[in-house]
Amino acid sequence: MKEAIRLEGVTAGYRRGNPVIHDIDLTVPENDFLAIIGPNGGGKTTLLKVILGLLAPWEGTVSVLGASPAKTRPAIGYVPQLIPGDTFPITVIDVVLMGRLRNAGLFRRFSQGDRKTAEMNLSRLNVENLAGNDMNSLSGGQKQRVLIARALAGKPQILLLDEPVASVDHDTQKSFFNLLAELNSDMTIVLVTHDVGAVSAHVKTIACINRTLMSHGETLSSESVAMAYGCPFELISHGGIPHRVLGNAKESES
Amino acid sequence: MIDALGYTFMQNAVIVSLLASIACGIIGTLVTVNRMSALAGSIAHASFGGLGLAYLAGLNPLIGATCFAVAGAAGIAAISSGKRTRTDTAMAAMWATGMAAGLIFIKLSGTYSADLMSWLFGSLLAVSASDVTFAAVLDIVILLVITGFYKEFLSVSFDREFSMLQGVPTRFIRGLFLILTALTAVLLMKITGLIMVIAMLSIPAAIAGMFTGSLWKMMVLASILAAVLNLAGLALAWILDLPPGAVIILLAAFAYAVSLIIERLRSGTV
Repeated sequence: MKEAIRLEGVTAGYRRGNPVIHDIDLTVPENDFLAIIGPNGGGKTTLLKVILGLLAPWEGTVSVLGASPAKTRPAIGYVPQLIPGDTFPITVIDVVLMGRLRNAGLFRRFSQGDRKTAEMNLSRLNVENLAGNDMNSLSGGQKQRVLIARALAGKPQILLLDEPVASVDHDTQKSFFNLLAELNSDMTIVLVTHDVGAVSAHVKTIACINRTLMSHGETLSSESVAMAYGCPFELISHGGIPHRVLGNAKESES
Repeated sequence: MIDALGYTFMQNAVIVSLLASIACGIIGTLVTVNRMSALAGSIAHASFGGLGLAYLAGLNPLIGATCFAVAGAAGIAAISSGKRTRTDTAMAAMWATGMAAGLIFIKLSGTYSADLMSWLFGSLLAVSASDVTFAAVLDIVILLVITGFYKEFLSVSFDREFSMLQGVPTRFIRGLFLILTALTAVLLMKITGLIMVIAMLSIPAAIAGMFTGSLWKMMVLASILAAVLNLAGLALAWILDLPPGAVIILLAAFAYAVSLIIERLRSGTV
Protein backbone atom coordinates (compact mmCIF):
# COMPACT_ATOMS: atom_id res chain seq x y z
CA MET A 1 0.00 0.00 0.00
CA LYS A 2 1.19 3.52 -0.80
CA GLU A 3 2.07 5.88 2.02
CA ALA A 4 0.34 9.20 2.45
CA ILE A 5 2.41 10.40 5.39
CA ARG A 6 5.57 9.01 6.95
CA LEU A 7 7.29 10.37 10.07
CA GLU A 8 10.56 8.86 11.21
CA GLY A 9 12.08 9.73 14.58
CA VAL A 10 10.52 13.19 14.52
CA THR A 11 11.36 15.51 17.41
CA ALA A 12 10.09 19.07 17.27
CA GLY A 13 9.13 22.05 19.41
CA TYR A 14 9.40 25.80 19.77
CA ARG A 15 12.14 26.20 22.39
CA ARG A 16 15.45 24.37 22.22
CA GLY A 17 15.87 21.61 24.76
CA ASN A 18 12.12 21.52 25.34
CA PRO A 19 10.61 19.30 22.64
CA VAL A 20 6.83 19.17 22.39
CA ILE A 21 6.89 15.93 20.44
CA HIS A 22 9.69 13.41 20.82
CA ASP A 23 10.93 10.62 18.56
CA ILE A 24 7.67 9.99 16.72
CA ASP A 25 7.44 7.19 14.13
CA LEU A 26 4.13 7.21 12.34
CA THR A 27 3.11 5.89 8.94
CA VAL A 28 -0.27 6.70 7.47
CA PRO A 29 -1.21 4.61 4.42
CA GLU A 30 -3.23 6.15 1.60
CA ASN A 31 -7.00 6.17 2.21
CA ASP A 32 -6.54 5.70 5.92
CA PHE A 33 -8.88 7.49 8.31
CA LEU A 34 -6.69 8.19 11.31
CA ALA A 35 -7.72 9.83 14.56
CA ILE A 36 -4.88 11.13 16.70
CA ILE A 37 -5.97 11.57 20.29
CA GLY A 38 -4.09 12.95 23.23
CA PRO A 39 -4.46 15.41 26.10
CA ASN A 40 -4.26 19.17 25.59
CA GLY A 41 -0.63 20.24 25.35
CA GLY A 42 0.31 16.71 24.27
CA GLY A 43 1.70 17.87 20.93
CA LYS A 44 -1.18 17.13 18.55
CA THR A 45 -1.20 20.54 16.89
CA THR A 46 2.60 20.54 16.75
CA LEU A 47 2.46 17.21 14.96
CA LEU A 48 0.02 18.70 12.42
CA LYS A 49 2.31 21.68 11.90
CA VAL A 50 5.22 19.36 11.17
CA ILE A 51 3.14 17.43 8.62
CA LEU A 52 2.02 20.71 7.01
CA GLY A 53 5.63 21.87 6.79
CA LEU A 54 4.92 24.94 8.95
CA LEU A 55 7.39 23.72 11.56
CA ALA A 56 10.67 22.04 10.67
CA PRO A 57 11.52 19.05 12.87
CA TRP A 58 14.73 19.27 14.93
CA GLU A 59 15.42 15.64 14.29
CA GLY A 60 13.96 12.97 12.03
CA THR A 61 12.31 13.16 8.64
CA VAL A 62 8.82 13.87 7.40
CA SER A 63 7.52 12.90 4.00
CA VAL A 64 4.11 13.52 2.52
CA LEU A 65 3.22 11.48 -0.58
CA GLY A 66 6.90 10.62 -0.90
CA ALA A 67 8.27 14.18 -0.87
CA SER A 68 8.97 16.97 1.63
CA PRO A 69 5.86 18.63 3.10
CA ALA A 70 6.77 22.00 1.56
CA LYS A 71 6.70 20.43 -1.92
CA THR A 72 3.48 18.50 -1.48
CA ARG A 73 1.60 21.29 0.30
CA PRO A 74 -0.99 21.67 -2.49
CA ALA A 75 -1.98 18.03 -1.91
CA ILE A 76 -3.00 18.72 1.69
CA GLY A 77 -6.30 20.27 2.67
CA TYR A 78 -6.08 21.80 6.14
CA VAL A 79 -9.11 22.42 8.37
CA PRO A 80 -8.02 24.49 11.38
CA GLN A 81 -9.73 24.61 14.73
CA LEU A 82 -12.73 26.95 14.93
CA ILE A 83 -12.00 30.04 16.97
CA PRO A 84 -14.98 30.63 19.25
CA GLY A 85 -16.24 34.20 19.37
CA ASP A 86 -14.42 35.25 16.22
CA THR A 87 -16.28 38.15 14.61
CA PHE A 88 -14.29 38.67 11.43
CA PRO A 89 -16.49 40.21 8.71
CA ILE A 90 -16.34 37.75 5.84
CA THR A 91 -18.88 35.98 3.66
CA VAL A 92 -19.03 32.21 3.32
CA ILE A 93 -18.09 32.21 -0.36
CA ASP A 94 -15.04 34.40 0.36
CA VAL A 95 -13.87 31.90 2.97
CA VAL A 96 -14.16 29.00 0.53
CA LEU A 97 -12.41 30.98 -2.22
CA MET A 98 -9.33 31.08 0.04
CA GLY A 99 -8.86 27.46 -0.98
CA ARG A 100 -8.27 28.72 -4.53
CA LEU A 101 -5.60 31.31 -3.63
CA ARG A 102 -2.75 29.12 -4.84
CA ASN A 103 -4.49 28.59 -8.17
CA ALA A 104 -5.49 32.23 -8.65
CA GLY A 105 -2.04 33.68 -8.01
CA LEU A 106 -0.93 37.00 -6.54
CA PHE A 107 -2.39 40.37 -7.65
CA ARG A 108 -5.15 38.72 -9.71
CA ARG A 109 -8.85 38.29 -9.24
CA PHE A 110 -10.41 34.88 -8.77
CA SER A 111 -11.44 33.38 -12.11
CA GLN A 112 -14.89 32.10 -13.03
CA GLY A 113 -13.44 28.60 -12.64
CA ASP A 114 -12.25 29.34 -9.09
CA ARG A 115 -15.74 30.56 -8.18
CA LYS A 116 -17.33 27.46 -9.72
CA THR A 117 -15.00 25.18 -7.76
CA ALA A 118 -15.83 27.04 -4.55
CA GLU A 119 -19.59 26.81 -5.16
CA MET A 120 -19.32 23.15 -6.12
CA ASN A 121 -17.63 22.33 -2.84
CA LEU A 122 -20.25 24.25 -0.88
CA SER A 123 -22.95 22.10 -2.49
CA ARG A 124 -20.89 18.98 -1.85
CA LEU A 125 -21.20 19.83 1.84
CA ASN A 126 -24.87 20.83 1.53
CA VAL A 127 -24.30 24.44 2.50
CA GLU A 128 -24.55 26.09 -0.94
CA ASN A 129 -27.54 28.14 0.28
CA LEU A 130 -25.23 29.92 2.75
CA ALA A 131 -22.78 31.23 0.11
CA GLY A 132 -23.67 34.90 0.54
CA ASN A 133 -24.12 34.78 4.32
CA ASP A 134 -21.92 36.37 6.91
CA MET A 135 -19.66 33.71 8.44
CA ASN A 136 -20.62 34.96 11.93
CA SER A 137 -24.31 34.15 11.44
CA LEU A 138 -23.52 30.43 11.08
CA SER A 139 -23.74 27.69 13.70
CA GLY A 140 -20.62 25.81 14.77
CA GLY A 141 -21.51 22.83 12.58
CA GLN A 142 -22.14 25.03 9.54
CA LYS A 143 -18.84 26.86 10.02
CA GLN A 144 -17.10 23.51 10.21
CA ARG A 145 -18.60 22.52 6.84
CA VAL A 146 -17.51 25.80 5.28
CA LEU A 147 -13.94 25.27 6.46
CA ILE A 148 -13.97 21.75 5.01
CA ALA A 149 -15.33 23.11 1.72
CA ARG A 150 -12.43 25.59 1.74
CA ALA A 151 -9.92 22.78 2.23
CA LEU A 152 -11.57 20.71 -0.51
CA ALA A 153 -11.54 23.65 -2.94
CA GLY A 154 -7.79 23.08 -3.32
CA LYS A 155 -8.52 19.51 -4.51
CA PRO A 156 -6.35 17.79 -1.89
CA GLN A 157 -5.41 14.13 -1.57
CA ILE A 158 -5.05 14.36 2.20
CA LEU A 159 -7.40 16.13 4.61
CA LEU A 160 -5.98 17.27 7.98
CA LEU A 161 -8.43 18.42 10.66
CA ASP A 162 -7.50 20.08 13.96
CA GLU A 163 -10.07 19.53 16.76
CA PRO A 164 -12.99 19.40 14.30
CA VAL A 165 -15.63 18.48 16.86
CA ALA A 166 -14.58 20.78 19.67
CA SER A 167 -17.41 23.29 19.20
CA VAL A 168 -20.28 21.27 17.75
CA ASP A 169 -23.07 19.40 19.52
CA HIS A 170 -23.48 15.63 19.60
CA ASP A 171 -25.98 15.28 16.73
CA THR A 172 -23.84 17.49 14.49
CA GLN A 173 -20.85 15.31 15.35
CA LYS A 174 -22.67 12.27 14.02
CA SER A 175 -23.52 13.76 10.63
CA PHE A 176 -20.05 15.26 10.55
CA PHE A 177 -18.40 11.85 10.83
CA ASN A 178 -20.76 10.41 8.19
CA LEU A 179 -19.57 13.17 5.91
CA LEU A 180 -15.91 12.44 6.63
CA ALA A 181 -16.51 8.73 5.96
CA GLU A 182 -17.91 9.69 2.56
CA LEU A 183 -14.89 11.85 1.76
CA ASN A 184 -12.64 9.05 2.94
CA SER A 185 -13.59 7.00 -0.14
CA ASP A 186 -11.17 9.03 -2.25
CA MET A 187 -8.82 10.75 0.19
CA THR A 188 -6.72 10.14 3.28
CA ILE A 189 -8.11 11.73 6.42
CA VAL A 190 -6.19 12.60 9.58
CA LEU A 191 -7.88 14.35 12.48
CA VAL A 192 -6.65 15.24 15.93
CA THR A 193 -8.82 15.63 19.00
CA HIS A 194 -8.46 15.68 22.77
CA ASP A 195 -12.01 14.42 23.13
CA VAL A 196 -11.80 10.62 23.29
CA GLY A 197 -15.58 10.29 23.45
CA ALA A 198 -15.91 12.05 20.11
CA VAL A 199 -13.94 9.49 18.14
CA SER A 200 -16.41 7.82 15.81
CA ALA A 201 -16.82 4.28 14.58
CA HIS A 202 -15.98 5.50 11.07
CA VAL A 203 -12.35 5.97 12.05
CA LYS A 204 -10.13 3.21 10.66
CA THR A 205 -7.04 3.61 12.84
CA ILE A 206 -6.33 5.50 15.99
CA ALA A 207 -3.12 6.83 17.51
CA CYS A 208 -2.54 8.17 20.96
CA ILE A 209 0.10 10.81 21.59
CA ASN A 210 1.40 12.62 24.62
CA ARG A 211 4.85 13.92 23.69
CA THR A 212 5.67 10.46 22.35
CA LEU A 213 3.50 8.08 20.37
CA MET A 214 1.86 5.91 23.05
CA SER A 215 0.11 3.53 20.68
CA HIS A 216 -1.10 3.24 17.12
CA GLY A 217 -3.42 0.65 15.63
CA GLU A 218 -6.99 -0.32 14.85
CA THR A 219 -7.98 -0.30 18.49
CA LEU A 220 -6.55 1.20 21.62
CA SER A 221 -6.63 -0.29 25.06
CA SER A 222 -8.10 1.90 27.75
CA GLU A 223 -4.81 1.35 29.63
CA SER A 224 -2.72 3.15 27.01
CA VAL A 225 -5.23 5.98 26.86
CA ALA A 226 -5.19 6.25 30.64
CA MET A 227 -1.41 6.37 30.54
CA ALA A 228 -1.39 9.17 27.97
CA TYR A 229 -3.94 11.26 29.80
CA GLY A 230 -2.64 10.36 33.23
CA CYS A 231 -6.06 9.41 34.58
CA PRO A 232 -8.55 6.53 34.27
CA PHE A 233 -10.32 6.23 30.93
CA GLU A 234 -13.77 6.75 32.44
CA LEU A 235 -12.80 10.25 33.52
CA ILE A 236 -11.72 11.42 30.05
CA SER A 237 -14.64 9.91 28.17
CA HIS A 238 -17.00 12.03 30.31
CA GLY A 239 -18.98 8.95 31.22
CA GLY A 240 -19.98 8.41 27.59
CA ILE A 241 -20.11 4.96 26.05
CA PRO A 242 -16.71 4.10 24.57
CA HIS A 243 -16.86 3.47 20.82
CA ARG A 244 -15.76 0.22 19.30
CA VAL A 245 -12.39 1.69 18.34
CA LEU A 246 -11.65 2.03 21.98
CA GLY A 247 -12.03 -1.66 22.66
CA ASN A 248 -10.72 -2.33 26.12
CA ALA A 249 -7.96 -4.73 27.06
CA LYS A 250 -10.34 -7.66 27.68
CA GLU A 251 -11.82 -7.37 24.20
CA SER A 252 -8.47 -7.38 22.46
CA GLU A 253 -7.43 -10.47 24.42
CA SER A 254 -10.40 -12.53 23.34
CA MET B 1 -20.05 78.58 9.48
CA ILE B 2 -20.48 78.87 5.67
CA ASP B 3 -18.42 82.09 5.68
CA ALA B 4 -15.56 80.11 7.19
CA LEU B 5 -15.21 78.19 3.95
CA GLY B 6 -14.01 81.41 2.33
CA TYR B 7 -10.72 81.09 4.20
CA THR B 8 -7.98 79.06 2.56
CA PHE B 9 -7.04 77.40 5.86
CA MET B 10 -10.63 76.21 6.27
CA GLN B 11 -10.74 74.86 2.72
CA ASN B 12 -7.51 72.96 3.36
CA ALA B 13 -8.91 71.62 6.63
CA VAL B 14 -12.04 70.33 4.90
CA ILE B 15 -10.11 68.75 2.01
CA VAL B 16 -7.58 67.05 4.32
CA SER B 17 -10.41 65.81 6.56
CA LEU B 18 -12.15 64.19 3.59
CA LEU B 19 -8.97 62.72 2.12
CA ALA B 20 -7.83 61.39 5.48
CA SER B 21 -11.20 59.69 5.95
CA ILE B 22 -10.46 57.35 3.05
CA ALA B 23 -7.08 56.28 4.48
CA CYS B 24 -8.56 56.15 7.96
CA GLY B 25 -11.51 53.94 6.95
CA ILE B 26 -9.50 51.45 4.91
CA ILE B 27 -6.44 51.12 7.15
CA GLY B 28 -8.54 51.47 10.30
CA THR B 29 -10.62 48.48 9.17
CA LEU B 30 -7.50 46.36 8.71
CA VAL B 31 -6.10 47.53 12.06
CA THR B 32 -9.38 46.65 13.78
CA VAL B 33 -9.96 43.21 12.27
CA ASN B 34 -6.33 42.29 12.93
CA ARG B 35 -6.65 43.64 16.50
CA MET B 36 -3.61 45.81 16.08
CA SER B 37 -4.64 49.17 17.49
CA ALA B 38 -1.83 49.00 20.06
CA LEU B 39 0.59 48.48 17.20
CA ALA B 40 -0.79 51.49 15.33
CA GLY B 41 -0.38 53.50 18.52
CA SER B 42 3.23 52.52 19.00
CA ILE B 43 4.07 53.32 15.38
CA ALA B 44 2.47 56.74 15.76
CA HIS B 45 4.38 57.47 18.94
CA ALA B 46 7.66 56.25 17.46
CA SER B 47 7.21 58.83 14.74
CA PHE B 48 7.43 61.54 17.40
CA GLY B 49 11.16 60.81 17.66
CA GLY B 50 11.53 61.52 13.95
CA LEU B 51 9.55 64.68 14.34
CA GLY B 52 11.92 65.97 17.01
CA LEU B 53 14.97 65.00 15.00
CA ALA B 54 13.60 66.85 11.95
CA TYR B 55 13.13 70.01 14.04
CA LEU B 56 16.68 69.69 15.33
CA ALA B 57 18.06 69.21 11.80
CA GLY B 58 15.87 71.96 10.35
CA LEU B 59 14.01 69.58 8.04
CA ASN B 60 10.29 69.24 7.30
CA PRO B 61 8.82 67.54 10.41
CA LEU B 62 6.45 65.51 8.24
CA ILE B 63 9.42 63.85 6.55
CA GLY B 64 11.07 63.05 9.88
CA ALA B 65 7.85 61.61 11.29
CA THR B 66 7.25 59.54 8.16
CA CYS B 67 10.76 58.05 8.17
CA PHE B 68 10.54 57.09 11.84
CA ALA B 69 7.04 55.66 11.49
CA VAL B 70 8.06 53.49 8.54
CA ALA B 71 11.27 52.40 10.31
CA GLY B 72 9.19 51.56 13.39
CA ALA B 73 6.78 49.52 11.27
CA ALA B 74 9.68 47.63 9.70
CA GLY B 75 11.17 47.00 13.16
CA ILE B 76 7.89 45.60 14.45
CA ALA B 77 7.49 43.44 11.34
CA ALA B 78 10.92 41.96 11.97
CA ILE B 79 10.31 41.32 15.68
CA SER B 80 6.71 40.14 15.45
CA SER B 81 7.54 37.13 13.32
CA GLY B 82 8.59 35.60 16.63
CA LYS B 83 6.64 35.26 19.85
CA ARG B 84 3.59 37.28 20.78
CA THR B 85 4.86 38.33 24.20
CA ARG B 86 8.03 39.67 22.64
CA THR B 87 5.98 41.73 20.19
CA ASP B 88 4.03 43.26 23.05
CA THR B 89 7.20 44.31 24.84
CA ALA B 90 8.74 45.64 21.64
CA MET B 91 5.67 47.75 20.94
CA ALA B 92 5.58 49.20 24.42
CA ALA B 93 9.31 49.97 24.28
CA MET B 94 9.01 51.65 20.88
CA TRP B 95 6.01 53.68 22.06
CA ALA B 96 7.92 55.21 24.97
CA THR B 97 11.31 55.47 23.28
CA GLY B 98 9.83 57.48 20.41
CA MET B 99 8.20 59.93 22.80
CA ALA B 100 11.31 60.30 24.96
CA ALA B 101 13.64 60.83 22.00
CA GLY B 102 11.20 63.31 20.45
CA LEU B 103 10.96 65.38 23.63
CA ILE B 104 14.74 65.58 23.99
CA PHE B 105 15.31 66.49 20.32
CA ILE B 106 12.65 69.19 20.50
CA LYS B 107 14.12 70.65 23.67
CA LEU B 108 17.58 70.71 22.03
CA SER B 109 16.20 72.35 18.89
CA GLY B 110 14.63 75.18 20.91
CA THR B 111 11.26 74.86 19.15
CA TYR B 112 8.30 76.65 20.71
CA SER B 113 6.12 74.39 22.77
CA ALA B 114 3.10 75.60 20.79
CA ASP B 115 4.47 73.67 17.82
CA LEU B 116 4.87 70.60 19.97
CA MET B 117 1.28 70.88 21.12
CA SER B 118 0.02 71.01 17.55
CA TRP B 119 1.58 67.61 16.82
CA LEU B 120 0.38 66.06 20.04
CA PHE B 121 -3.17 67.36 19.82
CA GLY B 122 -3.63 68.02 16.11
CA SER B 123 -3.62 71.17 14.05
CA LEU B 124 -6.39 70.73 11.54
CA LEU B 125 -6.80 74.48 11.07
CA ALA B 126 -3.11 74.84 10.25
CA VAL B 127 -2.73 72.21 7.52
CA SER B 128 -0.77 73.35 4.50
CA ALA B 129 -1.02 72.67 0.77
CA SER B 130 1.77 70.08 1.13
CA ASP B 131 -0.34 68.22 3.72
CA VAL B 132 -3.17 68.10 1.19
CA THR B 133 -0.78 66.61 -1.37
CA PHE B 134 0.51 64.07 1.16
CA ALA B 135 -3.05 62.97 1.94
CA ALA B 136 -4.02 62.70 -1.72
CA VAL B 137 -0.94 60.68 -2.67
CA LEU B 138 -1.39 58.38 0.32
CA ASP B 139 -5.04 57.75 -0.62
CA ILE B 140 -4.05 56.81 -4.16
CA VAL B 141 -1.33 54.44 -2.92
CA ILE B 142 -3.68 52.81 -0.39
CA LEU B 143 -6.48 52.38 -2.94
CA LEU B 144 -4.09 50.83 -5.48
CA VAL B 145 -2.48 48.46 -2.99
CA ILE B 146 -5.73 47.37 -1.35
CA THR B 147 -7.65 46.81 -4.58
CA GLY B 148 -4.66 45.03 -6.14
CA PHE B 149 -4.09 42.71 -3.19
CA TYR B 150 -7.62 42.64 -1.76
CA LYS B 151 -7.99 38.86 -1.66
CA GLU B 152 -4.57 38.54 -0.04
CA PHE B 153 -5.30 41.19 2.62
CA LEU B 154 -8.63 39.52 3.31
CA SER B 155 -7.22 36.02 3.62
CA VAL B 156 -4.11 36.96 5.64
CA SER B 157 -6.29 38.93 8.07
CA PHE B 158 -8.83 36.11 8.40
CA ASP B 159 -6.48 33.14 8.61
CA ARG B 160 -2.77 33.77 8.26
CA GLU B 161 -1.69 30.16 8.59
CA PHE B 162 -4.06 28.92 5.91
CA SER B 163 -2.95 31.73 3.59
CA MET B 164 0.65 30.70 4.12
CA LEU B 165 -0.24 27.12 3.16
CA GLN B 166 -1.86 28.49 0.00
CA GLY B 167 1.43 30.11 -1.01
CA VAL B 168 0.41 33.70 -0.16
CA PRO B 169 3.52 35.80 0.72
CA THR B 170 2.15 36.61 4.18
CA ARG B 171 5.23 38.53 5.31
CA PHE B 172 5.11 40.78 2.27
CA ILE B 173 1.41 41.49 2.79
CA ARG B 174 1.96 42.17 6.49
CA GLY B 175 4.89 44.46 5.69
CA LEU B 176 2.75 46.44 3.22
CA PHE B 177 0.03 46.71 5.84
CA LEU B 178 2.42 47.99 8.53
CA ILE B 179 3.95 50.61 6.23
CA LEU B 180 0.54 51.88 5.12
CA THR B 181 -0.51 51.99 8.78
CA ALA B 182 2.57 54.06 9.60
CA LEU B 183 1.86 56.55 6.82
CA THR B 184 -1.81 56.82 7.78
CA ALA B 185 -0.86 57.41 11.41
CA VAL B 186 1.39 60.30 10.38
CA LEU B 187 -1.40 61.82 8.28
CA LEU B 188 -3.91 61.50 11.12
CA MET B 189 -1.48 63.23 13.50
CA LYS B 190 -2.24 66.41 11.57
CA ILE B 191 -5.92 66.09 12.30
CA THR B 192 -6.42 64.62 15.76
CA GLY B 193 -2.87 64.71 16.99
CA LEU B 194 -0.49 61.94 17.91
CA ILE B 195 -2.19 61.05 21.17
CA MET B 196 -5.57 60.47 19.56
CA VAL B 197 -4.49 58.65 16.38
CA ILE B 198 -5.56 55.28 17.79
CA ALA B 199 -9.11 56.50 18.29
CA MET B 200 -9.50 57.53 14.67
CA LEU B 201 -7.98 54.28 13.44
CA SER B 202 -10.25 52.13 15.55
CA ILE B 203 -13.58 53.85 16.29
CA PRO B 204 -15.03 54.39 12.77
CA ALA B 205 -13.96 50.86 11.78
CA ALA B 206 -15.35 49.35 14.97
CA ILE B 207 -18.72 51.02 14.37
CA ALA B 208 -18.69 49.91 10.71
CA GLY B 209 -17.89 46.37 11.81
CA MET B 210 -21.11 46.18 13.80
CA PHE B 211 -23.26 46.83 10.74
CA THR B 212 -21.44 45.08 7.88
CA GLY B 213 -20.65 41.49 7.00
CA SER B 214 -17.72 41.83 4.65
CA LEU B 215 -14.34 43.52 4.76
CA TRP B 216 -14.80 45.88 1.79
CA LYS B 217 -18.21 47.06 3.00
CA MET B 218 -16.65 47.70 6.38
CA MET B 219 -13.92 49.78 4.70
CA VAL B 220 -16.46 51.86 2.76
CA LEU B 221 -18.72 52.45 5.75
CA ALA B 222 -15.75 53.27 8.02
CA SER B 223 -14.52 55.85 5.48
CA ILE B 224 -17.96 57.48 5.29
CA LEU B 225 -18.25 57.52 9.08
CA ALA B 226 -14.78 59.03 9.43
CA ALA B 227 -15.71 61.74 6.90
CA VAL B 228 -18.92 62.57 8.72
CA LEU B 229 -17.18 62.66 12.11
CA ASN B 230 -14.30 64.79 10.81
CA LEU B 231 -16.55 67.35 9.13
CA ALA B 232 -19.06 67.49 11.96
CA GLY B 233 -16.24 67.83 14.48
CA LEU B 234 -14.61 70.57 12.44
CA ALA B 235 -17.87 72.53 12.16
CA LEU B 236 -18.71 72.14 15.83
CA ALA B 237 -15.21 73.13 16.86
CA TRP B 238 -15.44 76.27 14.71
CA ILE B 239 -18.80 77.27 16.17
CA LEU B 240 -17.81 76.55 19.79
CA ASP B 241 -14.22 77.76 19.36
CA LEU B 242 -12.72 74.48 20.60
CA PRO B 243 -9.76 72.41 19.32
CA PRO B 244 -11.09 70.38 16.33
CA GLY B 245 -9.06 67.21 17.03
CA ALA B 246 -10.54 66.85 20.50
CA VAL B 247 -14.09 67.58 19.31
CA ILE B 248 -13.76 64.96 16.54
CA ILE B 249 -12.62 62.34 19.04
CA LEU B 250 -15.44 63.11 21.47
CA LEU B 251 -17.99 62.88 18.66
CA ALA B 252 -16.46 59.55 17.59
CA ALA B 253 -16.63 58.21 21.14
CA PHE B 254 -20.26 59.33 21.40
CA ALA B 255 -21.11 57.65 18.06
CA TYR B 256 -19.40 54.49 19.28
CA ALA B 257 -21.41 54.44 22.49
CA VAL B 258 -24.68 54.95 20.56
CA SER B 259 -23.74 52.15 18.12
CA LEU B 260 -22.99 49.79 20.99
CA ILE B 261 -26.42 50.46 22.44
CA ILE B 262 -28.11 49.96 19.05
CA GLU B 263 -26.24 46.70 18.56
CA ARG B 264 -27.22 45.45 22.01
CA LEU B 265 -30.86 46.34 21.40
CA ARG B 266 -30.83 44.58 18.02
CA SER B 267 -29.40 41.37 19.40
CA GLY B 268 -31.66 41.62 22.42
CA THR B 269 -28.92 41.22 25.01
CA VAL B 270 -29.81 44.28 27.08
